[in-house]
Amino acid sequence: MTTGTAEEASAGAAAPGAATVHVALFVTCLVDLWRPSVGFAAVKLLEDAGCRVSVPAAQTCCAQPAYNSGDRKDAVAIAGNVIAAFEGFDYVVAPSGSCAGMIKCHYPGLFADDPDMKARAEELAARTWELISFLTDVMKLDRVAARFEGAVTYHDGCSGLREMGIKQQPRKLLRSVAGLELKELPDAEICCGFGGTFCVKYPGISNAMVDDKVSEIEATGAGTVLAGDLGCLLNIAGKLQRNDSPARARHIAEVLAGMAEGPAIGEPSGGG
Amino acid sequence: MEPVSHAFKESADRALENATQRRALSKMSHEFGAKRAKVVARLPEFDALRDQAKTIKDHVLENLDFYLETFEEKVTANGGHVHWCRTPEEARDAVLALCRDAGARTVAKGKSMITEEIGLNAFLEANGITPFETDLGEYILQLRGEAPSHITAPAVHLNIEQIADAFRDGHTGLDPARRLDEPQALLDEARAMLRDRFIEADVGITGANFLIAETGSTVIVTNEGNGDLSQTLPKIHIVVASIEKVVPTLEDAATILRLLARSATAQEITSYTTFSTGPKRADDLDGPEAFHVVLLDNGRSELLGGEFREVLRCIRCGACQSLCPVWGAVGGQAYGWVYSGPIGAVLTPALIGIGEARHLPEASTFCGMCESVCPMRIPLPKLMRRWREMAFEKKHTPGVARYGIGLWALFAKRPALYRLTVRAVIALLARIGRRKGRFRRLPLAGGWTAHRDLPAPQGGTFMDQWRSRGERNS
Amino acid sequence: MSEARDQIINRIRASNGRTGPIDAEAAAKIQERLNRPPVNLIPERGKGEGAELVERFVEMAREASATVTRVASADEVPTAVEQFLMRENLPSEVVMAPDESLDALPWSDQPRLTIRRDRAQPSDYVSVTPAFAGIAETGTLMVHSGATTPYTLNFLPETHIAVLGAEKIVGAYEDAWARLRTKLKAAGETTLPRTVCLITGPSRTGDIEKKILLGMHGPLRLNIILVETDPKNC
Repeated sequence: MTTGTAEEASAGAAAPGAATVHVALFVTCLVDLWRPSVGFAAVKLLEDAGCRVSVPAAQTCCAQPAYNSGDRKDAVAIAGNVIAAFEGFDYVVAPSGSCAGMIKCHYPGLFADDPDMKARAEELAARTWELISFLTDVMKLDRVAARFEGAVTYHDGCSGLREMGIKQQPRKLLRSVAGLELKELPDAEICCGFGGTFCVKYPGISNAMVDDKVSEIEATGAGTVLAGDLGCLLNIAGKLQRNDSPARARHIAEVLAGMAEGPAIGEPSGGG
Repeated sequence: MEPVSHAFKESADRALENATQRRALSKMSHEFGAKRAKVVARLPEFDALRDQAKTIKDHVLENLDFYLETFEEKVTANGGHVHWCRTPEEARDAVLALCRDAGARTVAKGKSMITEEIGLNAFLEANGITPFETDLGEYILQLRGEAPSHITAPAVHLNIEQIADAFRDGHTGLDPARRLDEPQALLDEARAMLRDRFIEADVGITGANFLIAETGSTVIVTNEGNGDLSQTLPKIHIVVASIEKVVPTLEDAATILRLLARSATAQEITSYTTFSTGPKRADDLDGPEAFHVVLLDNGRSELLGGEFREVLRCIRCGACQSLCPVWGAVGGQAYGWVYSGPIGAVLTPALIGIGEARHLPEASTFCGMCESVCPMRIPLPKLMRRWREMAFEKKHTPGVARYGIGLWALFAKRPALYRLTVRAVIALLARIGRRKGRFRRLPLAGGWTAHRDLPAPQGGTFMDQWRSRGERNS
Repeated sequence: MSEARDQIINRIRASNGRTGPIDAEAAAKIQERLNRPPVNLIPERGKGEGAELVERFVEMAREASATVTRVASADEVPTAVEQFLMRENLPSEVVMAPDESLDALPWSDQPRLTIRRDRAQPSDYVSVTPAFAGIAETGTLMVHSGATTPYTLNFLPETHIAVLGAEKIVGAYEDAWARLRTKLKAAGETTLPRTVCLITGPSRTGDIEKKILLGMHGPLRLNIILVETDPKNC
């Protein structure tokens, strides 16, 4: 077991002598700042699956806000930092379809004019994965040991679905959760209206979209909505709460890791 | 029509308040996806055909001059005429000259986005010639004095009461007490009114879904048969089409036609796919005596040489609009010009400038639904993002957004500074938000909290917690 | 040649990185392809033969709201027309394409039918035409204008009756174009007729609250009389 410097603190023992998959966690800015428990759930899932997890300290953001705003210069700068920070690991895994998609699908294009960086970006892209699909498609996980009582519905985040091909994988693992009843969400593939800065640039339109999404969620009767992206979830949770809806939102990693006892998104965390 | 795309935000907000329109549009956005999926599933080769269609169109664009010249040769050999027009003005003038030569008083029009683009109807009216839209949706809009909201379903934003009102106001010769609450009654009335228009018209104007180089033919695709009557009964048939509509052969057209109706209306094929080649022949008993094709450039030859070249593959199916959740919320008219939805977001800035149209590529979540259904595999989100880059470089992006993103990037590029700053901000927000778990209101977050609560951060960033665990472990 | 034309062509060339036309070799290749157009991908449902295609055609045409009346021989066509009109309570005055394929039929068997051989007028209620081909993949008819097949017959009357021999049914659109090219070549024609139309079912609209209604501007009814002669007699 390697102990780290603060630079590369790692946790989770590898079986001595085994060639363990070494994963660097790209925690994502939203998880880092808003809901760290999702990051810890991701670590648990990865370690339970047999990975050694490191968390490069120099990570901040995947650059998507700058990139999608047309600020290519800043996007290139931030992406360059990410490429450097995440070199040398077997895989880079993010609990987010959109951040993983940014790295995997868009980083190489950012460096079209810079062959060296482009090669490095492609190399990083080739080993970057979204969390759930990494567990099923690379670590060959087909079930989890968690328990979660109640009816649950799942929203397909757009980047995860269309850039990373995530559709069956979360459903497969959810069906293995003891006590969980998975109800398919009608129009699951329609955007929830988050869209990064879109939701604050065009709040009325975003509201119309999340309103539709929340109506569909409530119509399923599920007590919990899950997704693989915290952006979607903050947006959906915020609307559920504004509507005083009984339904709650969580990140799928929390449920799969058996770490869904704490407050759902937007619920008070209690004292102290 | 005069663009008002710069007012997109206000128009969109107004549209969101329009409950009638919201209800009408939601029929489209909720049902079309499933219908399309069903008809696509019945054609297992659909995706392979998309790839072939893309290849055909890309090949045409590379050789567009050759194909247009060939098309012109064939049209001329068949007794038709081709008029090359660089600008909307030249195209309008060409059509007017032909109408004047024919002594036209009225014109029967099939549905054509290009004629909207060049503002043909208003121009003809200003010059004493009356155009009648014959596609039912366009006809309803003409009665109401409105612009289309969708490429193939132009009046989709209206409900039956609004259509009935338009008929009552517009068809003044009929019994005001007649019942118009059933769709069939409206159809019967429209059929009767417009039948006369086809018969009286001196000139018929149609657009073209395709121009076929091999045969010099123009192709239109309709369900109503209005295009056929417009182009058969009057003495003159004028086709107005943009230059990128060319395809090489009838077989190439067949390939793309297999995608068109399935993507536009979720049909296997429309009722009528019509190939027009020259004027009537000497021994034909019916048909127009003259055939004219007005070819419009209006920026396409330049688009061809730039980063937005791929948008020229568009076959105007409207699938991107039908399935775009933003379009579904606000409708097409909010976009402020001829083309709306994702195709509008990419094409409009190219035709009227990013300054006027800057909201259009901004008003997207990049969900990617459009690209996933585009039969011609146009990478619409990528092209919208390119417009955003150009707007950013030209400083069209509004100040707040520029500074906001710039500020975020400033921190994101500097991990140590980032850590220090977010630690403080998040700790504060977590403390304030701990009791309720969320914010109903938050300064600087008005855009968010206007419509939804903002969940409070849990407190203590992941990176800080991880580091302290690591320090405990090491 | 107009200034506008030159400018447009030159801009296209410049946009494609050229100062002149495509080179002679490339042009020759493209021209060759235009002279002998290859087919692209043909979907499975556009393939097949004989009875299989006929059944598929009938199924798809009916799905598109055409009615299909199947008769065993051409001699039965006049009776089929009269019976259709009676069933639908329609007048027995028809305007018919002055085409030899229809002229040869025993219309005298149905003296109640009043037949005018001409193009259609707005006052006509029923037309009878031949169809050049039937396309099984979507139950589509290929019709075209001509001296004996006036185009207005397909659109002006409220009811269109199209007579189609089973031997004229092909699988895919491309097959129909191939047959048309063959016919035109045999007739010494170097160009397509003024209009060729692929007709699939009657006219319709969805412009009123997306409800599909038939008979917007073109026919309300399309009745296809399918004559199932021995396919060997093509």
